[in-house]
Amino acid sequence: MTAPGTRKVAVVGSGPSGFYAAEALLEAGAEVDVIERLPTPFGLVRFGVAPDHPKLKSVCQNFTQIAGHERFAFFGNVALGRDVTIDELRGFYDAVVIASGASADRKLGVPGEHLPGSWSATEFVSWYNGHPDFRNRTFDFSCEAAVILGHGNVAIDVCRILSKSVDELRRTDICAHALEALAESRIRDVHLVGRRGPAQAKWTAKELREIGMLAEADVVLDESDLALGATCEAELADPRGVTPAQSFKILRTFQGRPRERSKAVHLHFNLSPRVLEGAGRVERVLFDRCRLSGGPFSQVADPTGETVSLKAGAVFRSVGYKGVATDGVPFDGRSGTIPHERGRVMDGDAPADGLYVAGWIKRGPSGVIGVNRACSLETVETMLSDFADRPPSQAPGRDALRSALAARAVRPVDFTSWMRIDEAEVEAGAALGKPREKFTSVDKMLAAAFAGSGPVPQSCCA
Amino acid sequence: MTHVVTENCQACRFTDCVTVCPVACFHGDDERLYIDPEVCVDCSACISACPVGAIKEEFDLSDDEERWIEINASRAPDLPVIRSKQSPLPTAEARRSELGLN
Repeated sequence: MTAPGTRKVAVVGSGPSGFYAAEALLEAGAEVDVIERLPTPFGLVRFGVAPDHPKLKSVCQNFTQIAGHERFAFFGNVALGRDVTIDELRGFYDAVVIASGASADRKLGVPGEHLPGSWSATEFVSWYNGHPDFRNRTFDFSCEAAVILGHGNVAIDVCRILSKSVDELRRTDICAHALEALAESRIRDVHLVGRRGPAQAKWTAKELREIGMLAEADVVLDESDLALGATCEAELADPRGVTPAQSFKILRTFQGRPRERSKAVHLHFNLSPRVLEGAGRVERVLFDRCRLSGGPFSQVADPTGETVSLKAGAVFRSVGYKGVATDGVPFDGRSGTIPHERGRVMDGDAPADGLYVAGWIKRGPSGVIGVNRACSLETVETMLSDFADRPPSQAPGRDALRSALAARAVRPVDFTSWMRIDEAEVEAGAALGKPREKFTSVDKMLAAAFAGSGPVPQSCCA
Repeated sequence: MTHVVTENCQACRFTDCVTVCPVACFHGDDERLYIDPEVCVDCSACISACPVGAIKEEFDLSDDEERWIEINASRAPDLPVIRSKQSPLPTAEARRSELGLN
């Protein structure tokens, strides 16, 4: 039992921003319930972080530690809007934090972007990482060349997964179905294409360096792309932007490397996609060659009039994620975020009482895992200052949520039940020499969660 | 591989880095911060959070910065973890100007 008057907060979403909000709230003495649509926690750490980046996934241990707090509860398999409404949550709790991330992908807005053979990087990443919503996607790797549009870390992840051999991936937690499909891949050339120049690329130096260390693929670039104009030089010389300068140094080391491997990653700059073409499926991408104009850090890509064509049987669009609206919560459709002031949700000019936002749905889809910690800390700080003006809590909190869910025959997955899923996955992985083999359907997750504890409810979204 | 706090933290100690660390790998004494290489997951979030560019990947260190690898590794484990932003040292702003970083 928590002390009378304890603040009770619901956090919607169990990715990094949700867990960091929970951590800060627990430290401030609140009771925290994290509500998650899927039976499994950790959001993009589970479904986004590349399988060959296991070290980054160790943040799950920190999240598990947070979940061990006596005032914490996990409500997995509970979807906002399906199993409980936002208005109910606002009635049950002193405050609700929306930390639902940015699950949709940004569109290119060019003709042919939806031809068969063109996918969003989001779809591909979610598929190889076993997200239940993407399990049944099919990808065709029977072509020899793939184009990835975008110069961020997700684009590089996609590039690595396409360029590594199955033997290199076999010992990672990449899903069995993805490994099987990638084993048939005939892709030899991967083109990583960006609209602007090497000084504007969004990738981190660390990810870029990995491209140069692939066992089976050479990295190829056109040296003329590394000849920078004065404005780009000024951007790189700015001491506040250490990463682009570091990345540029790494690109230099890629120049003039001998071709000695069976595959190649081709880095292209200053090419803006104009159209994806093909008879019934994508066969090539036409680009406008661009030149940069404008001042430092606000340069835009203007077409020069030259057209460049790249042959590709598979295209992955990696131009960013986009948040989706939650019913009953203000939303800015243009930016794909929830309007806020330091984390306090704003409905026009007025604050939406008791409603807060954190993570990518608050500030847009950029920044690595840790950046969400600072973001969630800001939100919690705002919430605590709002609480300071209010009488002690009378909110019923998790008891009310439990009753509402029980009345609807929704059986939430608590953290102990998630740990049964985790254990089963780790065990299945061990048999294959992998850190884990993920369940890729909600029904299988629920069966593992509730193993030995009565009948498993049917999920409505399996 | 790991990340290390180098020279520029000295006389600054802005501590913005600790707010973006996903795994609480920063430790500190009264003068500066150190990264525990056993805990750091190489996410690089701290690099751009530091207002004086003190944090670098091991891979990017110059020859005379290499000594910081050992200093971070040996000092960090014996010092308390710093997880919340603290006030910078009184000399921080002067030092930042000196480095030409404001």
